Amino acid sequence: MDSCNCIEPQWPPDDLLMKYQYISDFFIALAYFSIPLELIYFVKKSAVFPYRWVLVQFGAFIVLCGATHLINLWTFTMHTRTVAMVMTTAKVFTAVVSCATALMLVHIIPDLLSVKTRELFLKNKAAELDREMGLIRTQEETGRHVRMLTHEIRSTLDRHTILKTTLVELGRTLALEECALWMPTRTGLELQLSYTLRQQNPVGYTVPIHLPVINQVFSSSHAVKISPKCPVARIRPAGKYMPGEVVAVRVPLLHLSNFQINDWPELSTKQYALMVLMLPSDSARQWHVHELELVEVVADQVAVALSHAAILEESMRARDLLMEQNVALDLARREAETAIRARNDFLAVMNHEMRTPMHAIIALSSLLQETELTPEQRLMVETILKSSNLLSTLINDVLDLSRLEDGSLQLDLGTFNLFAVFREVLNLIKPIASVKKLHVSLNLAPDLPEYAIGDEKRLMQTILNVVGNAVKFSKEGSISITAFVAKSELLRDSRTPEFFPVPSDNHFYLRVQVKDSGVGISPQDIPKLFTKFAQTQSTATRNSGGSGLGLAICKRFVNLMEGHIWIESEGLGKGCTAIFMVKLGIPERSNEPKLPFMPKVPTNHGPTAFPGLKVLVMDENGVSRMVTKGLLVHLGCDVTMVSSSEECLRVVSHEHKVVFMDVCVPGMDGYEVAIRINEKFTKRHERPVIVALTGNTDKVTKENCMRVGMDGIILKPVSLDKMRSVLSDLLEHRVLFEAI
Amino acid sequence: MDVVNQLQRQFIDYSASLHREGFLDDQFTQLQKLQDDNSPDFVVEVASLFFEDCEKLINNMARALEQQQGVDFKQVDASVHQLKGSSSSIGAMRVKDVCIAFRSFCEAQNREGCLRCLQQVTHEYSLLKNKLQTLFRLQQQILAAGGSIPVVE
Repeated sequence: MDSCNCIEPQWPPDDLLMKYQYISDFFIALAYFSIPLELIYFVKKSAVFPYRWVLVQFGAFIVLCGATHLINLWTFTMHTRTVAMVMTTAKVFTAVVSCATALMLVHIIPDLLSVKTRELFLKNKAAELDREMGLIRTQEETGRHVRMLTHEIRSTLDRHTILKTTLVELGRTLALEECALWMPTRTGLELQLSYTLRQQNPVGYTVPIHLPVINQVFSSSHAVKISPKCPVARIRPAGKYMPGEVVAVRVPLLHLSNFQINDWPELSTKQYALMVLMLPSDSARQWHVHELELVEVVADQVAVALSHAAILEESMRARDLLMEQNVALDLARREAETAIRARNDFLAVMNHEMRTPMHAIIALSSLLQETELTPEQRLMVETILKSSNLLSTLINDVLDLSRLEDGSLQLDLGTFNLFAVFREVLNLIKPIASVKKLHVSLNLAPDLPEYAIGDEKRLMQTILNVVGNAVKFSKEGSISITAFVAKSELLRDSRTPEFFPVPSDNHFYLRVQVKDSGVGISPQDIPKLFTKFAQTQSTATRNSGGSGLGLAICKRFVNLMEGHIWIESEGLGKGCTAIFMVKLGIPERSNEPKLPFMPKVPTNHGPTAFPGLKVLVMDENGVSRMVTKGLLVHLGCDVTMVSSSEECLRVVSHEHKVVFMDVCVPGMDGYEVAIRINEKFTKRHERPVIVALTGNTDKVTKENCMRVGMDGIILKPVSLDKMRSVLSDLLEHRVLFEAI
Repeated sequence: MDVVNQLQRQFIDYSASLHREGFLDDQFTQLQKLQDDNSPDFVVEVASLFFEDCEKLINNMARALEQQQGVDFKQVDASVHQLKGSSSSIGAMRVKDVCIAFRSFCEAQNREGCLRCLQQVTHEYSLLKNKLQTLFRLQQQILAAGGSIPVVE
């Protein structure tokens, strides 16, 4: 007991308490040794563990604690001093390390705690992001749906398809139970159920438009939740289950006029339709915000699509209307053209048919006048002549007027003596005027040129008509005719503001005023004066005869001469003044007047009087053909020669102005050719003048020529002078009955 | 120049004699007026055409009148008519006068008379042809000598 240096434990080892301590110590040691192993194992497994040093420390601490407890096991029985030394060392180390660890933990535990809070924070953030992702996804879904819907809606321009598609797609996207569209009726006072999703045939309910709930929906641009019990939502028969939530949104019905350029459509004049959407009943679904937004966007798109469709419908309707109108107009135009053509044909035929006998009558009557007649016979012949002249004038008037209206009349310009025209008119009118005891005075201004270029015949016709009217409508008093050159200040007349004559160097405006002291004209009749066939109703005029065409024709002649004609009167019984202005050319000094002088044509070969005049010569005889051609070529004409009637008919065209035809060759019927030419050219002004060349001018030949409608006869052989004068006569008057 | 003057005087005299003797009339003068720089040989051309035409027609008439069995007076008349037209166009007065007489015989269907007229026509025609050829030769001489054809009124 003495030298073993052993330490004895306090308590006997067999004590029960000691036994339990022994066991506990053993298990503690075991646990203390296994914990670091576990730690190492798991730390090795995880790649990330920031506090290695702490772990090592902790491990060391635990290992030492374990060692302590392990060594303690030996102290239960008698143990040597070494064991006690080891125990003490272990305890000391353990104490050091524990204290160090405890100190270290003071620093580390807050860190570890903050890690925890960070982890919590991150978890929250992750949850939030998740939520947001969910939102974005739903928005994107919505966007996709809207795009798809829009695409569906806009892919058609048919109104019904648009609406039906909208409802179908909405129903599908939002999984709706029912979707309905209420459109305003024509009166605008009610909403009518127009389209529904599930029910095939909407029953045609109407609800008045001024319900409070409807007003609420219309006044907001958002989708509004409405009660399932309101009339617009009560579409389905009431089921057993709770009806789902109902949302209503307004659909603007836009018209083209709603869009101003710079601002959005005015809200006040709009009409709206109502779209009602119902979630399935008995589902716990509620309207989410994104779904409401989807509905609003769709409603807007529908509005635009509908307005497009409406615009398209209108434009198509307008186009159809235009097409119809076009067709009608075309038809009317064609009818008018046919009517005009028929009238022209009629006139042309009548012209020829009427003139031919008239010529025959007038010519033969005048010939008859030359023979020996008893006084009674003479009187009869004079009456025949006068009447036929009147008739001829009337025919000419009517035909002229229709030609004037066609615009086919052209003035025959030529140089003429202006003074002579007036004197002629005066001479013609003097007899009648003196019978009526009217005094006629002519006043020509001193600066009026003696010669002028214009259409002499028609100017005379106009002056004669105007003066004749003056005489006709005056029972007593005087007629004064004044003519002068219109000066530029006087040219603009306040009464004719639309007439702006512009005088120039080689033209002047002739102004003629005819004042009478007759019955006058009341102001309201003045505009009617120049219309065809209209006559003022007073009995005095009725009896004076006349066709009512005179002034109308005058007006057209004056217009052709780029002038203006009008009548002024202060009223009934106060006489009237007829004034007209026409544009005439001023002849140059070197121009010799052609008519009525008929000077001896100079015998030099120089002047070609008819440059380029296209002439057709038909003659079987080669020599005489050549001679005629030589004559005409010498006069500058462009001559085409034919030697047979077939060739003549083939070659003749509207470009040929004159056709010379030999008619006295037996066996070749020149008359037949003339008839055929007349038939070929229906318009008189297109027809060439047909002149017969013949060796004999007996009556038979003359009659035959007249009968077939030839315009003249020339006796062969033709001298140069004769040919020249014949051509000039023909071209002036278009008629030359005989030139011997 | 003297040569030219002489030729020209010859020409004028000859023309005048032709007119006086009735070979040519006013129509020929008209034809001469038509001759100008554009158609310098107009008269010669017309005359040649006339000669050709005449010969053809005279032959036709001769053949027609030689027929022993029925003479086709219509055809003869047609030819005479042509000849009359041609001669009056050119101003061959004597030929034309014969033609007029010829026509009346044709209408009367007088073969003897027609034959006689045909002879006369042939005679007149050859005379005229000679005379015109002389005239044209004179014209050419004048032109060759550098002068101009005088205008005969």
